[in-house]
Amino acid sequence: METSKVRKRMPVSTLVDPKIVLPAIGQSFVKLDPRTLVKNPVMFVLEVVTVLTTVLLLRDIVQGGQSLAFELQIVVWLWFTVLFANFAEAVAEGRGKAQADTLRQTRTQTRAKRLLSADNPERFETVAADDLRSGDLVVCEAGDVIPGDGDIIEGVASVNEAAITGESAPVIRESGGDRSAVTGGTTVISDRIVVRITSSPGTSFLDRMIKLVEGAERQKTPNEIALTILLVGLTLIFVFATATIPSYALYAGGSISVVVLVALFVTLIPTTIGALLSAIGIAGMDRLVRFNVLAMSGRAVEAAGDVDTLLLDKTGTITFGNRLATEIIPVPGVTEREAAEAALLASDADETAEGRSIIALAQDKYNVRREAAPAGAKFIEFSAMTRLSGVDAGTRKLRKGAIDSVLKFVREQAGHDVAEPAAFRAAVDKIARSGGTPLGLAENGRILGVIHLKDVVKPDVKDRFAALRRMGIKTVMITGDNPVTAASIASEAGVDDFIAEATPEDKLRYIRNEQSNGRLIAMCGDGTNDAPALAQADVGVAMQTGTQAAREAGNMVDLDSDPTKLIEVVEIGKQLLMTRGSLTTFSIANDVAKYFAIIPAMFAAFYPQLGVLNIMGLSSPQSAILSAIIFNALIIIALIPLALKGVKYRPIGAAALLRQNLLVYGVGGIVLPFIGIKAIDVIVTALHLA
Amino acid sequence: MTAIGWVQIILYCAIIVALTPLLGGYMTRVFNGERTFLAPVLRPVEVLLYRAGGVDEKSEQGWLAYTVAMLLFHVGGFVILYALLRLQGALPFNPAGMTGVPPDLSFNTAISFLTNTNWQNYGGESTLSYLVQMLGLTHQNFLSAATGIVLAVALIRGFARASAKTVGNFWVDITRCTLYVLLPICVVYTLFLVWQGMPQTLGSYIDATTLEGAKQTIAVGPVASQVAIKMLGTNGGGFFNANAAHPFENPTALSNFVQMLSIFALGAALTNVFGRMVGNPRQGWAILAAMGVLFIAGVAVCYWAEANGTHILSSLGLSGGNMEGKEVRFGIVASALFAVITTAASCGAVNAMHDSFTALGGMIPLINMELGEIVVGGVGAGLYGMLLFVIVTVFVAGLMVGRTPEYVGKKIEAREVKMAMLAILILPLMMLGWTAVAVVYPPAVASMANAGPHGFSEVLYAYTSMTANNGSAFAGLTGNTLFYNLSGAVAMFIGRFWMIVPAMAIAGALAAKKSVPPSLGTFPTTGGLFVGLLVGVILIVGGLTFFPALALGPIVEHLSMLAGSVF
Repeated sequence: METSKVRKRMPVSTLVDPKIVLPAIGQSFVKLDPRTLVKNPVMFVLEVVTVLTTVLLLRDIVQGGQSLAFELQIVVWLWFTVLFANFAEAVAEGRGKAQADTLRQTRTQTRAKRLLSADNPERFETVAADDLRSGDLVVCEAGDVIPGDGDIIEGVASVNEAAITGESAPVIRESGGDRSAVTGGTTVISDRIVVRITSSPGTSFLDRMIKLVEGAERQKTPNEIALTILLVGLTLIFVFATATIPSYALYAGGSISVVVLVALFVTLIPTTIGALLSAIGIAGMDRLVRFNVLAMSGRAVEAAGDVDTLLLDKTGTITFGNRLATEIIPVPGVTEREAAEAALLASDADETAEGRSIIALAQDKYNVRREAAPAGAKFIEFSAMTRLSGVDAGTRKLRKGAIDSVLKFVREQAGHDVAEPAAFRAAVDKIARSGGTPLGLAENGRILGVIHLKDVVKPDVKDRFAALRRMGIKTVMITGDNPVTAASIASEAGVDDFIAEATPEDKLRYIRNEQSNGRLIAMCGDGTNDAPALAQADVGVAMQTGTQAAREAGNMVDLDSDPTKLIEVVEIGKQLLMTRGSLTTFSIANDVAKYFAIIPAMFAAFYPQLGVLNIMGLSSPQSAILSAIIFNALIIIALIPLALKGVKYRPIGAAALLRQNLLVYGVGGIVLPFIGIKAIDVIVTALHLA
Repeated sequence: MTAIGWVQIILYCAIIVALTPLLGGYMTRVFNGERTFLAPVLRPVEVLLYRAGGVDEKSEQGWLAYTVAMLLFHVGGFVILYALLRLQGALPFNPAGMTGVPPDLSFNTAISFLTNTNWQNYGGESTLSYLVQMLGLTHQNFLSAATGIVLAVALIRGFARASAKTVGNFWVDITRCTLYVLLPICVVYTLFLVWQGMPQTLGSYIDATTLEGAKQTIAVGPVASQVAIKMLGTNGGGFFNANAAHPFENPTALSNFVQMLSIFALGAALTNVFGRMVGNPRQGWAILAAMGVLFIAGVAVCYWAEANGTHILSSLGLSGGNMEGKEVRFGIVASALFAVITTAASCGAVNAMHDSFTALGGMIPLINMELGEIVVGGVGAGLYGMLLFVIVTVFVAGLMVGRTPEYVGKKIEAREVKMAMLAILILPLMMLGWTAVAVVYPPAVASMANAGPHGFSEVLYAYTSMTANNGSAFAGLTGNTLFYNLSGAVAMFIGRFWMIVPAMAIAGALAAKKSVPPSLGTFPTTGGLFVGLLVGVILIVGGLTFFPALALGPIVEHLSMLAGSVF
């Protein structure tokens, strides 16, 4: 779809960008504060045991322990593990912060011209934008920054919304109708408007946007909570598994140092996913923001991944905004060329999309040359009264328009009743049945033929709907057309269902009905009458160009106002969930190898027989334990790019997707650490670290 | 291993698979409250019972009311059984003149039978009267089995219903389960066992004079009726101390085979009930398939280990595998198969001494129980234990396809995950925790018959068996001490009810949810991929939890044996 190619993106900052990495390193230490870390239970437990081993190390240093160098290294790597986790989160946040800073600049320093009384737009006082309250009236003139979100109650202006949308071409905003909303931080380019402020300080669209991209008020999403519970459960299981070992060892006549026990524990608990969990969430929101979509909550992004049904407006999303001519059918006795020439001439001055499409059709399909209009030609513009348009050139009076009106015109011109040719009626009926609009074409007292106007489905929507179907998502087309027209377009576009002659109530009813069947619905809308449906839908994407009511009702705002983006929003939601699932699987699968590294090493002193389990052939018990803990720390760093980028979603069906991810992250998760730990062991041994 | 051995194993599996839809279909009708072919005889009894108990058949309970009813029912059961044990000396049907059972042993035994564990720190024929065996134990054998089944059914209803507040009526379910499922099968089964040569008498023990002229007392009693429910209800508490190795408790090869079948019959059928109730029998088959994979793998390892014996045995000139502690009547395959079945399900009846298995052969029953007895499992308990793992599996895997995880149309969210983890957590805590205490607590260590890793395995096995409500013993461990009686009772109680309450909470939460129709984006839970994934999660979560303990027990014992040292 052409819209997806021209989309403007906010700048993408990469992982190696020093502007992000350097502050993130600092943040990694700040985030060591247990009050921050406690929000992430796995990492909090990790910090606790790390502090414990540090204390034990200090004690051993004071008292003079035997393997101080080994213990020191373990402790250092444990701290690295915590820091790496913090770093992952800080990098994810840092990317948003950079964007937030840009936004914040526009907010500061804004002054507002507040009206002293509602009836006189000339008398105002200048106040700081922060002092505005909901309900205040402000006046904005060319060059002014609009001080807060609001509705235009008087005037029309062109507004540059680049601060919010990144799009520099100005848009028209006017009082009344669906274009009345303005956003704080945008700039009036021309004219003068009076705006009623609808937001209080700190709650404006810009403020929310800043908070969102910063991830400052990030709340855990439902799936994230559930996953955290799972991870806590696994952590507890491993507490039991490791805490009981000293007793078993004592029975076997041996003992195990706390540092080694902690090393086993830390490698077993799901630190990898624990470390990356919040980074994944932040990055998911960030992906949407860079896509110029603002989600009001993480919950909405997650819900997008779960969507079962997409409600799409026909016009602009499925079809081009206007009906286009696709065929000219002459009546018997008139040649195609003759009809096409007449159609072209009748439309010569017609600047509507329909008119232009007739010209294009006549030129492209019927090879009629477009010549300068005859001198003295008088163009008749379309009016709702006559429902005709055309041209008077000398004696030729050409008209095109609604069938009834054209017939009426012909009779008037002929001065007597003109029989409607049977072929003409047949063509008109056929076009109507197929969902098109027939446009009559006549010259003086003679019917020439009929022009077939139809909704043209955008070229690649059918493929996209097929892809959605493979994702398990049903598409529903909403249109004001009659059922016949709707059915025809629906089948051409390949949507699964449609609502014809749709009223806002119909939409709402359809959404409620689907929801009661357990489905999640996404839709987009811009008008005030869309607001109830937007609020009811699980994912409601409001267009930035839409009304304030619509923007308040939805849980996402599309800054580009491109309804087709709903599809990408769904993909981003899915990507977020997939990344979490895949890294969880990877994290758990990693444990197998770690056991084979640590168990034989741990019990080597009193059960040397267990050396058989050292299938990686690690060089010594100490190097085995050290290698496992180093691998465990480094894998976090290695996976940060994946966590930020997200696992790629492909619409190939759930079973195929699962098989593929299971192979990569499940089987890969089992195999990779065997290789990684062995490699680290070789290095550790070569460097005589253990 | 022999071809005929494998034929027996395959035949066994085939019969179970064939029985599953038959019993499953019947049980589905029973629990849906439909009329069955036994109604003409049993319906009047059923109605009478409801009237006597003041139960309104039509009214249903929410998950909490259902659970509370179940718990109250167990309090009553406990009081009765404990009183019977303590007072048996003063009660009738006591031809052998048994005296009252000591308090700690009574406590342990009452909890044991209440929880469907049937861990026995006593010898039946030397401790209990006929009255206690019949009224106390057999009665609890029925009810604890029925409890397991109805709880599983309540959980199934949670999955099957949509936007519902209730999960069934405990009193109706337990009545129908006992009347229509357990009793009829047991009547026929008891007659079969009697035909096979099992005693069923209230007469006193028989004094016989042996060929050498010595006087021997031969214990008899109402054996067949207790054995029928002990197997069918996966209770496992033997009438005799030697359990199913005793000729009167398992007279023939045929009785042995049928007993093995009866252990799995209802548990396997419940997977089918699940499939039918959620509206897609293939969902049930997928669960049974996952169980089957784990089962066959266990049988293969155990049979291989026992059939191969050890090189120490071979060097002594013994061929034909490890026959120590096995009945010659049954041989290696029937013993290995029985051991895997009885621990895969939570039966705990034994026809061979698991203590005498090779290290690896004995590890399989241990692993079976450590995984929570979800391979078919105890009647009901196996299915709800398995469904907890399914929830964890579906949660992780579901995320990987980019949707909030769903299973049979129900979204798996925080509450379900929390409850599933809570239930799964308890296994390692009880099994590993109590073992950790026992192996360093001197009075407990004194109970061990063997030193080193084998002694460790004995203790680990004991707590694993009790927590998982299995009841089989590794033997070798003297369990009738104050410490083991009390700690074991705690393990059995927590192992049972800490599992049940979260499972029921899940049932309630699921029942209240809407049902999501499946789409292409829903990951299918009926195919081989799901079965493999489920098996993988069970092995990784279970395996990782118990790997250190297993390494210090059976694994190190096996490795030491290879090096020539035994314990």
